[in-house]
Amino acid sequence: MNMNRRGFIKTTIAGAVGAVFYGSQALAAHPGGKKRVVVVGGGIGGATTAKYIKKYDPSIDVTLIEPNKHYYTCFMSNEVLGGHRKMDSIQFDYSGLKAKGIRVVHDTVTDIDAAKQVVKTASGKTYQYDRCVVSPGVDFKYEAISGYSKEVADSSIPHAWKAGPQTEMLREQLEAMPDGGTFVMVPPPNPFRCPPGPYERVSQIASYFKEHKPNCKIVILDPKNKFSKFGLFMDGWKRHYGYGTDKSMITWIPADKGGKVTKIDPDTKTVYAEAGTFKADVLNIIPPQKAGAIAFKAGLTKGDWCPIDHLTFESTLKKNIHVVGDSSIASPLPKSGYAANSEAKICAAAIVSLLNGKKMPEPSWVNTCYSIIAPGDGISVAMVYAYQDGKIVKVKGSGGLTGKYDPELRKREEMYAHSWFNNITADVFG
Amino acid sequence: MVKLRKLTLPVMLAVGVMGAGSAYAGGVDRAAILANTCAGCHGPDGVSTGPAAPTIAGLPEEYFIDVMNMFKEGERRNTIMGRIAKGYSDEEIELMAKYFAKLPHKPAKQSFDPVKAKYGKKLHDKYCEKCHEEGGRLPDSSGPLAGQWKPYLQFTLNDFINGHSTVDKKMKKKLDKLVKKEGMDGIKAVLEYYASQQK
Repeated sequence: MNMNRRGFIKTTIAGAVGAVFYGSQALAAHPGGKKRVVVVGGGIGGATTAKYIKKYDPSIDVTLIEPNKHYYTCFMSNEVLGGHRKMDSIQFDYSGLKAKGIRVVHDTVTDIDAAKQVVKTASGKTYQYDRCVVSPGVDFKYEAISGYSKEVADSSIPHAWKAGPQTEMLREQLEAMPDGGTFVMVPPPNPFRCPPGPYERVSQIASYFKEHKPNCKIVILDPKNKFSKFGLFMDGWKRHYGYGTDKSMITWIPADKGGKVTKIDPDTKTVYAEAGTFKADVLNIIPPQKAGAIAFKAGLTKGDWCPIDHLTFESTLKKNIHVVGDSSIASPLPKSGYAANSEAKICAAAIVSLLNGKKMPEPSWVNTCYSIIAPGDGISVAMVYAYQDGKIVKVKGSGGLTGKYDPELRKREEMYAHSWFNNITADVFG
Repeated sequence: MVKLRKLTLPVMLAVGVMGAGSAYAGGVDRAAILANTCAGCHGPDGVSTGPAAPTIAGLPEEYFIDVMNMFKEGERRNTIMGRIAKGYSDEEIELMAKYFAKLPHKPAKQSFDPVKAKYGKKLHDKYCEKCHEEGGRLPDSSGPLAGQWKPYLQFTLNDFINGHSTVDKKMKKKLDKLVKKEGMDGIKAVLEYYASQQK
């Protein structure tokens, strides 16, 4: 495949007639022959892909389109809720990517025309691409819980599952909560972004209560019977928060004990579950999830998520469009920040190889997920992944969970968790 | 445990020059693909921004291989690296080792106590310099100690001293001597000295 020639022809034709159809803005910035990649979404998956395409082949013209000027990492936002971290420490901008020669455009992508290979934005601009990368993260199925909506989430009952203003709102509500109040969390059903996240959040909030409002209670109304790092969280909750005793700060109600929530009354923060009715002082609902809206608009979804080729992350539904991060179906890779970062690098390698007509090197992925149960008590799950018979597979014998409680090693894991945060964000945005 | 061959500086430099630019010229290779999966914890291009995860850029190839194998075998006390190291074949570890050996080590920007660091230099010269030459700057029988993250070195040395990790007999002897004479404060002083070297 001669991508240079193809790219040249396309640009020439576009140059002749494109001004009428696509507008001249995007074309003017792309003098003939240069290979163009447009990345939709500036989260972990999108920003990493953009950065590594440029790193692997600086001659490729990379445009990243993201509506927000700042990105707040979802990971470590639980430490903000626990009062152990400030909001500005999870805030990142795109100056690092710009300095690497990536064109960053703050706009909202409204559609992708796969046939014409054009991305369209809310401000009426169009961007021609040879390869497009879509990394929109997750969207929420508010309708799954009667009484809940985007408006309610933005105004009074935050999901805070995309870090930002809702994280701050939830923190403020926790701070304003009386000692003796009840915090109710409704975690989502599988699959969802950051599988251990809801339970780390409970741990972080419990650590805040333990220190500042020891009479507060936490009720988890869960549509599942088990969750990520289950044994480690249970053990941690027992050691730190009296779990399993009649003095327990945390009550976890799984699906088989009636944990599934069908309805809420947003005005009174009343939650209706099979197990009964719960009145919350502070309520956190993390709704069921699906791929980000643009994935649906661009025809990249099958069911709730985007099927992809496991080697290149190219959509199996639309040619020349790749999907990385939480919205892709990359299982056994989880929907985590580390996985998105790891997927993005393979996607970048695939795109660079494809655009240069070269063979793609054999891929490799890693996932590492840290959770902090209490200050000084970090845990993790890790796995190495390989490509085998057309699929991503776990490397046998690798990975797994933190071992049984060892105070010294738990302290180290917390420090490594913070190191992980600093290093992955430097890798994505630096 | 594999005995480490001592690499001299000229050899390291020669490797560095030959390897420069090869990874990214006109694409991407398997070594870069493997190595870049480490960045999430060890930093872009193996340079960690801390506070604890070590910088792996500039680790000598043989040392990298040796330590990864020790993680695999459980000979080094660790939190997560045992689980990760088991995911790679000898060939893959060798590719990563070669890759990181070519990357420049950049000293960590971290706080240190100048008084302790000064005393630490004396102790280093007495107990460590023979193998960890030029104030621990030379990546010979281990990674560079100068400019490595202090908590990581502290964990590693504690594990050597307490017998949680396998360590070269000669080194254990020196460590025990240092601790016997100076106590754990002596170890701390040496670490302050390594942390103080930021150029």
